[in-house]
Amino acid sequence: MAYTEEELKKELETKVYEYGFVTNIESDTIPKGLDEQTVVTISKKKQEPEWMTQWRLEAFRVWKEMEEPEWANVKYEKPDFQNISYYSAPTKKPKYNSLDEVDPELLDTFKKLGISLDEQKKLTGVAMDVVMDSVSVATTFKKTLAEKGIIFCSISEAIREHPELVRKYLGTVVPQKDNFYAALNSAVFSDGSFCYIPKGVRCPMELSTYFRINQAGTGQFERTLVIADQGSYVSYLEGCTAPSRDENQLHAAVVELIAMDDAEIKYSTVQNWFPGDKDGKGGVFNFVTKRGLCEKNAKISWTQVETGSAVTWKYPSCILKGDNSIGEFYSIAVTNHFQQADTGTKMIHLGKNTRSTIISKGISAGQSQNSYRGLVQVGSRAENARNFSQCDSLLMGDRCGAHTFPYIEAKNSTAMIEHEATTSKIGEDQIFYCNQRGIDTEKAIALIVNGFSKEVLNKLPMEFAVEAQKLLEISLEGSVG
Amino acid sequence: MLEIKDLHASIEGKEILKGINLRVNAGEVHAIMGPNGSGKSTLASVIAGKEEFEVGRGSLFLEGEDLEDMAPEERAHNGIFLSFQYPVEIPGVSVTNFIKTAINESRKARGLEDMPANEMLRLIREKSELLEIDRKFLSRSLNDGFSGGEKKRNEIFQMAVMEPKLAILDETDSGLDIDALRIVAHGVNKLRSKDNAIIVITHYQRLLEHIVPDFVHVLHDGKIVKSGTKDLAHELEEKGYDWLKQEKLV
Repeated sequence: MAYTEEELKKELETKVYEYGFVTNIESDTIPKGLDEQTVVTISKKKQEPEWMTQWRLEAFRVWKEMEEPEWANVKYEKPDFQNISYYSAPTKKPKYNSLDEVDPELLDTFKKLGISLDEQKKLTGVAMDVVMDSVSVATTFKKTLAEKGIIFCSISEAIREHPELVRKYLGTVVPQKDNFYAALNSAVFSDGSFCYIPKGVRCPMELSTYFRINQAGTGQFERTLVIADQGSYVSYLEGCTAPSRDENQLHAAVVELIAMDDAEIKYSTVQNWFPGDKDGKGGVFNFVTKRGLCEKNAKISWTQVETGSAVTWKYPSCILKGDNSIGEFYSIAVTNHFQQADTGTKMIHLGKNTRSTIISKGISAGQSQNSYRGLVQVGSRAENARNFSQCDSLLMGDRCGAHTFPYIEAKNSTAMIEHEATTSKIGEDQIFYCNQRGIDTEKAIALIVNGFSKEVLNKLPMEFAVEAQKLLEISLEGSVG
Repeated sequence: MLEIKDLHASIEGKEILKGINLRVNAGEVHAIMGPNGSGKSTLASVIAGKEEFEVGRGSLFLEGEDLEDMAPEERAHNGIFLSFQYPVEIPGVSVTNFIKTAINESRKARGLEDMPANEMLRLIREKSELLEIDRKFLSRSLNDGFSGGEKKRNEIFQMAVMEPKLAILDETDSGLDIDALRIVAHGVNKLRSKDNAIIVITHYQRLLEHIVPDFVHVLHDGKIVKSGTKDLAHELEEKGYDWLKQEKLV
């Protein structure tokens, strides 16, 4: 019997899957809950090839068998995984007609951060007067990259347009079964960035998620994959200083970096997710798995400024597989009010003559808890491994806490591992000294915090550094006891 | 310039200043001496506005303005400078950066714009030469790892840059060797003018040979018990504080 157009249209509107689940493809959000059908729905909505759907299902099955980890030095109410909607379409239409409709406190923060009005509109979903502007900017950007053969797009697009690359590298640095949240992410990741730099190419500009072609709002389960082919270089910026009032409580992202022989990847993050209110209610849980793999003579640097989220749990790490490879980790983690952070890094030395540098600065204020957890592991065949770790804590007031959990596992006697740690407190005497020189208390704290964080701030790309500095000041406002 | 009348101050319930009367005019240098625990540093802190001290009875006026409700940074903007007995360390903040911030905050308070970079550079260079401070010193973290002498010299360097109306030097001579003392005293003397005033707090007469005071006051148990000229300092040095007991002053 001939297949009429009407029948086809009807079939496309409602589809019955093998699993016996009926869904309406056109709708924007799928019902809450997570089972195999949800995973399939997500994959189909994104029009993914079958191998991708299967990969997700494998991850889901593994996740079901896993137990939520509890070893971090953080206390929080566990998310109810069945009470989350795992897919909602990006909002293309703006939510407001003018900035007057936006939360004034939010606007105040934008102003302090020096964010332009146009940018504010974009960030809050206000209709922009000149839509062409943003389109033309993205277009020029894309052209420059295309000329060099650089691929920079959303991971969803990459799965469709460059499946060979994705299939080859996805999950090679963070396998599906790596940990509970990585497994969850692998099953339900919504979007993220994909970046491929061809051999010998030095990416001429900083790649920022802001310029990502898919302008969707940042999802809960972002998956990012950056591949720097032999001899290439890329600097990637993630996040923004503007506060994100995202209603999604759980953010479980996965970032995989692959630096092939002689390549270098610089990955910078500034994170300011909603930290919860002054009484510790609400706020985002930021549970992230980030890992980079270095081949011979390759280098990966992670630089992060974390000021938001109610709970932050992440250890950007480097696997120094190739000989002479280098891993670096520079971090400032700020916690205020009732925030908690358990963050640090893992440097795994496997090749010969590998080097790693860790500089971690924790600033605690209010009643927050800030923990550094680091692992330096030297494999038995890792000759001449060198590591330098410096972990400094700054306490503001008497009710906050700073903790350090450094782990060192060296299986090769030629390893040289150095660890330094300091804990200091912003004392009243320091504040008074500044006051007496005409510097008011707020400015004094900014000065002291900036001095404390300088080493890490200097590692950020310039525009980010300036914003990050202002962000530090703002997140510590009102923290003087 | 500075008018203190019957000033009382206490900390954690304990009264330290029990009725201070002092009048310092522009162009004058006053020395305050006294045994340990007499309240010398407390007096310095109270004038500078340290909030731990509770000011009870009495008044504190700078050029006719009541300092009582003025925050320490405001007092600084109005021209008060305290050279600390134990300067605190601020790691990560260079001497230059700190001075720049201090100068510009004061300018801001007076409605002025930030000092232009080349002017700032010239000012810092001029004053560092005065205090014989090496250029490299300026990029070190404030007081971090400084010797006692270096800290005190850095205090006077800041004083030179900020050009205060009223400078209080709290035991600036303690921890200084002969050469450092000479340099610091020279710096202070260069800053003396008919428009500003200096209060020198010290145990020893030695500093006063270099920074010659117009008036000397002896502080004992929270009160000024005797005032005189620089000769009083000599007498005190010869006879010791016990002499005050004999004179039935205490």
